[in-house]
Amino acid sequence: MNKTQKEPTNSVHARRAIAYVVLVILSFLCLFWFAILFVNATRSHGELTKGFTLIPSTHLPENWSGLIHGTLPVLNGLINSVVVAGSAAILCTYFSTMTAYAIHAYDFKLKKFFFTFILAIMMIPAQVTSLGFLQLIQKMKLEDNLIPLILPAIAAPVTFFYMKQYMDSTLSLSLVEAARIDGAGEFKIFNNIVLPLMKPAIAVQAIFTFVSSWNNYFIPALILHKDKMKTLPVLIAQLRSADFLKFDMGQVYMMIAFSIFPVIVVYLILSRYIVAGVALGGVKE
Amino acid sequence: MGKKKSKVVQYNRWGYIFMIPFLVTYLIFQLIPLITTVYNSFFENYRSGLKQIGPNFIGFQNYATIFGNPDLWKYFGNTMIMWIAGFIPQIFFSLLLGAWFTDTSLRLKGQRFWKTVIYLPNLIMASAFAMLFFTLFGDSGPINSMLTSMGIVSAPIKFLSQTGTARGLVAFMNFIMWFGNTTILLMAGMMGIDPSLFEAAQVDGATATQVFWKITLPLLRPILVYTMITSLIGGLQMFDVPQILTNGTGDPARNTMTLIMYLNKHLFSKNFGLAGALSVFLFIVTGILSLIVFKITVRKEK
Repeated sequence: MNKTQKEPTNSVHARRAIAYVVLVILSFLCLFWFAILFVNATRSHGELTKGFTLIPSTHLPENWSGLIHGTLPVLNGLINSVVVAGSAAILCTYFSTMTAYAIHAYDFKLKKFFFTFILAIMMIPAQVTSLGFLQLIQKMKLEDNLIPLILPAIAAPVTFFYMKQYMDSTLSLSLVEAARIDGAGEFKIFNNIVLPLMKPAIAVQAIFTFVSSWNNYFIPALILHKDKMKTLPVLIAQLRSADFLKFDMGQVYMMIAFSIFPVIVVYLILSRYIVAGVALGGVKE
Repeated sequence: MGKKKSKVVQYNRWGYIFMIPFLVTYLIFQLIPLITTVYNSFFENYRSGLKQIGPNFIGFQNYATIFGNPDLWKYFGNTMIMWIAGFIPQIFFSLLLGAWFTDTSLRLKGQRFWKTVIYLPNLIMASAFAMLFFTLFGDSGPINSMLTSMGIVSAPIKFLSQTGTARGLVAFMNFIMWFGNTTILLMAGMMGIDPSLFEAAQVDGATATQVFWKITLPLLRPILVYTMITSLIGGLQMFDVPQILTNGTGDPARNTMTLIMYLNKHLFSKNFGLAGALSVFLFIVTGILSLIVFKITVRKEK
């Protein structure tokens, strides 16, 4: 369609070249750190103190076994992190879909009020209520417990809003009507008809919830004190505050890699959907 | 008809039932904590050595203490400086990349690859990323050994002991972690602009730069405002990166100490009165900013 007009070819070529150069530089700035991380996780403490190189060494297995047999309970941390992030992702997506469905499919008096209310509280950060949250958890005797990191995920305004928008554009109520005529109950309709139709949105939000819960540091650091209950970010902070020079640097890099690479692998497999999901959502903070 | 209506009403009861899990969870884990946080801000309640002081009702005394302390304004300033220093390159490169990716005459190849790469840092655990930077930018870390062996600097740069470089690292990490996300959001906005406007401009002989300044930018304004304010709210919550990078000290000379790190300090030392007052202050600031986002979101909804 551009053929009708004479293209200013030279300037387009120049702009394209600049664009590629900038993209390469920015990509380098995004990836370089992780490349060093990977290389350094394969090198021994002795090699690391000698200086820097980009050639991987052979000490990956040693660093790995040194780390899991070391003083930091990293395997416990991994299990705790998987339990917290996995449960939060399931609860958050299931109940956010349910809440969105309540607003989307039914007409009730307080519907508009609830919707406005949820939008209004969407941006309030967890940190500003953390004092009250901490006291509540202490009163409930739930310190050193993973429950206070999981259950609050049920009320997630951002996920709710994404689900509501997705329903507005895809979920037709005629299917629901048809199921009602067939005599299906409302709860059954939600579980057997609405949830499967929402699968693409649920998958995207499950990933986001999993990742943000996996990365969460502020609240877990306030609640988890026993080493065995700590999640990976809290263990990383512990590593940082320990007497650093005593540590085997190969193991330190291994620990960081251990926290970062699972997310990178999952991301590379699912990146298509994730990037599309960001564009669709528009409300990821 | 009457029968059908009553059935509809019966169905609609389920609207409330399906709202229950959200409302109950919100009430317990967010609303009650919010109320007790505000309540705490009116009480003197801290530990002095082994002695517990309070809780005694002292009205607005905690607010007077916290606003009267120059530390609050210093940390507020630190937070803003590091946010702005990260946000300027973030918005600049996001606009640039967004304009390039959506420019049909450029036809950039491998868009999915680039987007995948630039979004990646957003998903990285901020605390682990900060730990990584702490090791990489240490006085004898890989970056310094690289810079000295390449002859760029003669002596290692003490990145974490100088205000400029320490703040710079925090801002740089924020930039790297967020520009991919912003690019994708802005692109979605740019693709929503009526293509006939671009064609008309092209017919009139406008250059790419003119198109960007005269068409793309003005039409993108609502999304830009949205991006800026959500980023500002995120900036006020800045914690993980400077906390891990400086081990909670906010050094050098507490010049990288942010507001949430300050809050975290009060929470750990169990000074609940001051923590409460600080929380309420942060709540009001983010509340006002949220209100603006809310207005934009509601307009977008319509």
